[in-house]
Amino acid sequence: MNGSSKYHDLDASRCIGCTYCMKSCPTEAIRVVNGLAVIDHDLCVYCGQCHRACPTRAFFVVQDDLSMIRSFKYRVILFPSIMIGQFPEKYSEDQIYDGLKKVGFTHVYEVEQPMQVLIDSINEVLNTQESPKPAISIYCPAIVRLIQGRYPSLTENLILKKTPHNLAAHFAIEQLMLEGAKREEIGLFYATPCIAKIASVKSPVGERESVVDGIVNMNQLYNEVMKVISEGEVEDNSVQRQNLSSEGIIWSLTHGESCHFGSRSIAIDGINNAVRFLERLENGQVNGIDFIEMRACDQSCAGGILLTGNRFMTVERLERRAKRYPAAKNIPQETIRANTEELKEKLILDPIVPKPHFIFGKDRLKAMEKIDRAQRIVCFLPGIDCGACGAPNCHALAEDMVNNKAKMSDCIFLQQMWEDEGRITAKKAFLNVQKKWGTNRFKADCNKKGRRNEGF
Amino acid sequence: MNYLYPRLDLEFETRNLKLFFSIQGGDFTKAGLLSSEVKKVLKQLNIENKTIKSVVIALYEAEVNVVAHAYRGTVDVEIDENKITILVSDEGPGIPDVELAMKPGYSTASTSVREMGFGAGMGLPNIKKNTDEMWIETVVGRGTRVKMLNYF
Repeated sequence: MNGSSKYHDLDASRCIGCTYCMKSCPTEAIRVVNGLAVIDHDLCVYCGQCHRACPTRAFFVVQDDLSMIRSFKYRVILFPSIMIGQFPEKYSEDQIYDGLKKVGFTHVYEVEQPMQVLIDSINEVLNTQESPKPAISIYCPAIVRLIQGRYPSLTENLILKKTPHNLAAHFAIEQLMLEGAKREEIGLFYATPCIAKIASVKSPVGERESVVDGIVNMNQLYNEVMKVISEGEVEDNSVQRQNLSSEGIIWSLTHGESCHFGSRSIAIDGINNAVRFLERLENGQVNGIDFIEMRACDQSCAGGILLTGNRFMTVERLERRAKRYPAAKNIPQETIRANTEELKEKLILDPIVPKPHFIFGKDRLKAMEKIDRAQRIVCFLPGIDCGACGAPNCHALAEDMVNNKAKMSDCIFLQQMWEDEGRITAKKAFLNVQKKWGTNRFKADCNKKGRRNEGF
Repeated sequence: MNYLYPRLDLEFETRNLKLFFSIQGGDFTKAGLLSSEVKKVLKQLNIENKTIKSVVIALYEAEVNVVAHAYRGTVDVEIDENKITILVSDEGPGIPDVELAMKPGYSTASTSVREMGFGAGMGLPNIKKNTDEMWIETVVGRGTRVKMLNYF
């Protein structure tokens, strides 16, 4: 990523340093420093696990200001189908479309169209001899970053075809230009279900610059639409959905992609499932699979952190909705009104390069020394991964120590032992912990109650 | 005097890294775990992806060989500046005809092992393919030692 850009961060006034986020992070990118969680943005893959884990909702997502859309004559909202799936049943598709227009958009495009173009172009890649098996979809940007960082050898398995939001963006441009719009008059805004998609627009992987002009967070958009949505008769917007297919509508759900490709394919959702599978895949333990669909969120995009509706209800509504739409291949060329070959051209991605996370430095001997030291240190740590040191587990603490990011005294168990052996005073031990966690940690405060499983 | 705690301020030289694992015969649930641990160390050392892949595939095959055929085994990994040496030793039936076992597709795995998706007769040939050097020592009725070497 490019240096200072952050797409999510922590509100220090809300963070109680409870370590939940730190422990949930699949790339160990979070530490607790001075009693507050800190994200290492170079290691973050934007999967959103920390947002889900946080009991105080201290994480926030950076977003563009919705008023920026006003500077364009043609204001296009591009949104994945799941946006529709989260609205209560009583609202019709037309009422939702109408609500989006009332929010200020002139054109409404669901991103999964015209889907046959993307299906065909992915198949073109899969059918070439030299493409490594199994091919891995790049649909989920969190997975792409995870692979770049932790499974660098698998970057060559990624299918270099852009995702539906690029497809619909280019498609919308073509359609609007047919209506007489100039390119510079068109503003394209993508309603995102997650942070990973924000990052993929703001600092794209495999493309120089994103075609999208701005990002709208889906939860904010949902609230805006709910303010203005009409319960009565609205204008018929079905013409804007005539390129929508049943395949497109369920594309963002689990199995939405995998059912189209390869003779043997696998669909994986949930970042921890993905980690386990990639580990096996990289070890050469997965054979005979042609295509892998992999999404960071449980229930794929329906489980995105910026969605409002319950993920399972969203899935159910979309599956029913898909049944009302035609198959992608049955949508006639006259309806598409776009040059599908040109669209395909625009979907080609540049190669994706590895950005390995683990490297302990360039000098191999020094790195070996660090690993050796870390392994020795681990033997002295308690191994209960309590997190009181501010690192997610004992191994991570040992690695932080050899990288000069932590001290032996950060471990409260070692401190207790040193105290018992008379190596340090009780006062000193207390001050060490206070330094790590801040003075507030020791004050009575009913807000720092941690987290309990309350089922919500 | 014994040092109770590793002294970080004390300079000591590391010429090689050693890792040690033990394998339980017949326990397929854990097959692959140690490949992952070795892989992480190699990634930390910034070893080329291709080399990591070969080492890990060879190690996995050797691990599965022990799990599928032997009673128990050990894995000694030694990494130095320019190579990784892995010695897999097991207590098991041994290999009566090494030359035959090296043939792709030749397998003595039991039906139950094959039903789990292992035992395709590619173990030793795959190790050979993915290592720079490989040695086998085996005594029928006692066990087998496979030494694998990959240069960085």
